[in-house]
Amino acid sequence: MWRSLTTPDVRIVNITKKFGKITAVDNVSLHIHDKEYFSLLGPSGCGKTTLLRLIAGLIKPDEGEIYIGDKLVNDAPPEDRDIGFVFQTFALFPHMNAWDNVTYGPRVKGYNMKKAETIGHEVLEMVRLHERLDAFPSELSGGMMQRTAVARALAAGAKLLLLDEPLGQLDAKVRNELRYEIRKMVRDLDLTAIHVTHDQSEAMAISDRIAVIKKGKVLQVGTPNELYMKPKSIFVAHFIGESNFLEGYISNISSKGATIELRGGIKVEVTNREVKKGERVVLAIRPETFAIERGMKKSKTSLLGAVEKFTFEGTNIRYEVRLENQDLVAIVKPSLTEEWFNTGEKVTVSFPAEKAHVFAYPDVGLKEEIAVE
Amino acid sequence: MSKIKITETLDKLSSKSAVKYGVYLTAVMIFFALILLPPILGIIIKWDTIDYVLTDAKLVAQALNAIENSFIIALLVSALDVITGVPMAWLIARGKSRWLNVLDTFSDIPFIVPTAVLGYSLLLFWSEPQGISSLFGNSLISPGWLLVMLLHFTFSYPVVVRVIVGALLDYKMEYEQASRTLGAPPFTASRTITLPILKPSLIAAFILAFSRSLSETGATIIVAGLFENGPVFIQNMKKTWEAGGSQTAYEGSTVFASIILIAISCLIFATIRIFGPRLKLPVKRVWPSVERRLSYSNAASSRNSITLLIFFAVVLIPSLFVALPAFEAIFTDTFPAALSGSGIWGEYWQSLIISYLLGAVVTVLNIIIGLPMAIIVARKKFGALPSAILDILVNIPLIVPSIALGVSLKFFWAETFVFIPEIWLLIFAHLAITYPYFVRSMSAAVERISVELEEASRTLGAKPLGVFRTIILPLTKYSILSGAIMVLTRSVSETGATLAVLSPGSMLRTAPVVLVDWVRPKVPKLPATPLEIGLGCGFLILFSFIILLTLRLIVRGKGRY
Repeated sequence: MWRSLTTPDVRIVNITKKFGKITAVDNVSLHIHDKEYFSLLGPSGCGKTTLLRLIAGLIKPDEGEIYIGDKLVNDAPPEDRDIGFVFQTFALFPHMNAWDNVTYGPRVKGYNMKKAETIGHEVLEMVRLHERLDAFPSELSGGMMQRTAVARALAAGAKLLLLDEPLGQLDAKVRNELRYEIRKMVRDLDLTAIHVTHDQSEAMAISDRIAVIKKGKVLQVGTPNELYMKPKSIFVAHFIGESNFLEGYISNISSKGATIELRGGIKVEVTNREVKKGERVVLAIRPETFAIERGMKKSKTSLLGAVEKFTFEGTNIRYEVRLENQDLVAIVKPSLTEEWFNTGEKVTVSFPAEKAHVFAYPDVGLKEEIAVE
Repeated sequence: MSKIKITETLDKLSSKSAVKYGVYLTAVMIFFALILLPPILGIIIKWDTIDYVLTDAKLVAQALNAIENSFIIALLVSALDVITGVPMAWLIARGKSRWLNVLDTFSDIPFIVPTAVLGYSLLLFWSEPQGISSLFGNSLISPGWLLVMLLHFTFSYPVVVRVIVGALLDYKMEYEQASRTLGAPPFTASRTITLPILKPSLIAAFILAFSRSLSETGATIIVAGLFENGPVFIQNMKKTWEAGGSQTAYEGSTVFASIILIAISCLIFATIRIFGPRLKLPVKRVWPSVERRLSYSNAASSRNSITLLIFFAVVLIPSLFVALPAFEAIFTDTFPAALSGSGIWGEYWQSLIISYLLGAVVTVLNIIIGLPMAIIVARKKFGALPSAILDILVNIPLIVPSIALGVSLKFFWAETFVFIPEIWLLIFAHLAITYPYFVRSMSAAVERISVELEEASRTLGAKPLGVFRTIILPLTKYSILSGAIMVLTRSVSETGATLAVLSPGSMLRTAPVVLVDWVRPKVPKLPATPLEIGLGCGFLILFSFIILLTLRLIVRGKGRY
């Protein structure tokens, strides 16, 4: 048996890391369970890679503690943390062929040649990469380089796999294929995986849980479903999936919920009750939750407007509807099952009150709040 | 015609391929006519004098022995340089302490000390009573092979460190980090990943140190004592001739020694070029527990201490030792005498002016004829193979002992243009010695500029000269500047070739030549006092240091895009 016996969990307690004046990771605490596929998701520069490198021991935290399994690893060098790390740029050793790259881990751990070879064959079998063992990295395609990099990390025998944007440099097709392969391997081998990505669809597709990170802080941790259905902040509503944001203020509160007066005096009702009367708010509605129909039928959860733009996207049709108050909302409908509307047509768009999210208007302004750079 | 009109006309002209290739071809022809062929032809002209040597078995034995010494010293020194230079470069490139910036600047100092001065400084430090020997009662290291080795180590060490630091800074840390995450402790990671990946730079550093050791003359003469290597042998033959010996013996020995030195070095470099890339360091086997112990705590800190000890005790302090009497001299009569230019100082100041003027002329010439050559080499303007051949040819002057280069140049020009002024000989000799350095650093700088930038500029309507003016020149101006300073300092410190070119009693003696004279006076002359020598060396170091510092201030943080 060459793999570690137990699959570790990872606990990050109040970790802070600064680079000069920039706080890359700001007092972050997370618990990644054993055998979990966990994603760190956020825009570029949010600190997610720094967090991963802190876990790997490639950099040291300024404050806080990191536990892998039960072990406090703050002072442990990377080679003692029993991890596998997959780099965004693959970092395959250019002076070694694929085979030597893959068996590097077992060799530096001092295993004898025979054992190293057994391990090498086993992991190469897993990534289906047996035919190009003597090829040097420069001779491999992007997908093959990535398979080699994953195989190399697995061969080190660790049960904690850290992946830093592992699919970032690949073509869309290869990327989609590989992400499920990696997911399957992690499950088959009972690994804990921490996966850094800025691609929300990638994170949604493969993760058990996701931490959304912005400017060094964890905004929300949850299953893909939770993050999508119950975003706790404007940023999460914007970054996970897509949202229309309408500005307004709470004009009335009743036993069923609240009334929001949008710009231009349009009133809509929502079920949210955690708001105060007079509070400035942002109403977030996903493009796919809107219903759209011909004509002008005003109700408590409907808005009137005209189709300004029509885009055929294959599976879906995307409308941009200019509302009476000049706000613009995006609406997405399946192209095969739903009726189509033409540019210029007067329409009524409506939404289920319980699926609209209400957030306090951010201090920094809406535009700044959802900015990803 | 206005300035804009002129550039416009030139730009238009440059898009004619006849004009463009005319410029490149001229650069190549100047290289052959002034730099590469004269020394070779100079040796061929005197070919028949070899017979004189070959008939004298004793002389042949003496020459061969000297040449053998040259190679042994060069090999040992370059190997030691790389072995001790790697930890030092590592410390500078990877260390986190603020003091490392200071260390970084210090490590350049031996580079700017003119080699002849360096030689004298080492002599004082290691073997004269006032140096370290004072601790031991008698001379610790007498002039001879050990002192020559120390000297060569001292002057080539900074070059080696500089090359490896550059390579380490360019190196992608992820390889090493990947190795660490796979379970390798730092020592194993650097042994199996970083150093093998940096092998080309290590080889380049080795070759630089090797060729510098083979060709250095001025300083070696000072510390050699009775020991002879190739350049010292040639210089000794010259002195015998000047003291009334046979001219044919001198010429024959020079031709004989030069040919063998050049032939063997070519052979060695070719071997390194062919087999170097295939040379495998022992990568596969790993000894985890031993290597782990070498990676941490005691082993790592004692490695750093030894590295620093070597640097300070063997490189820095001995190189600057000569400047100590300069401080003492400030408070004696020597200092005012020096400033007033009386006695031997008149000759000194004149030589200093000659040195820097000569350096300036050579620098300008290098930029004019070296830049097109750098572009030819970097951009393969004449196709892959001819450009690769040019690349190798450009480096040939590096391996020729500087004294041999000077002698053969003199042979050539004195035979073909009898009345050529001596100053031209000096310029040609210095040009030949500095040209490889300039072209090499400039072609590397041009190579770093993505071809796409040039292409973008062309698609936006720039003519070839326009591309050069607006893209290449602005992006390489700091490299040109640093290349120019390198040429200037190298030229100012050049001794061997200058000694060879100058006729006895010449008025064109440069500062290093004058200093060599002070240190090893010819019989009828009174020697300079230690204070005078110290002060003379001190001035030269001071001026060179100011130039280096200026460069550092100008270039700091720039030059890379």
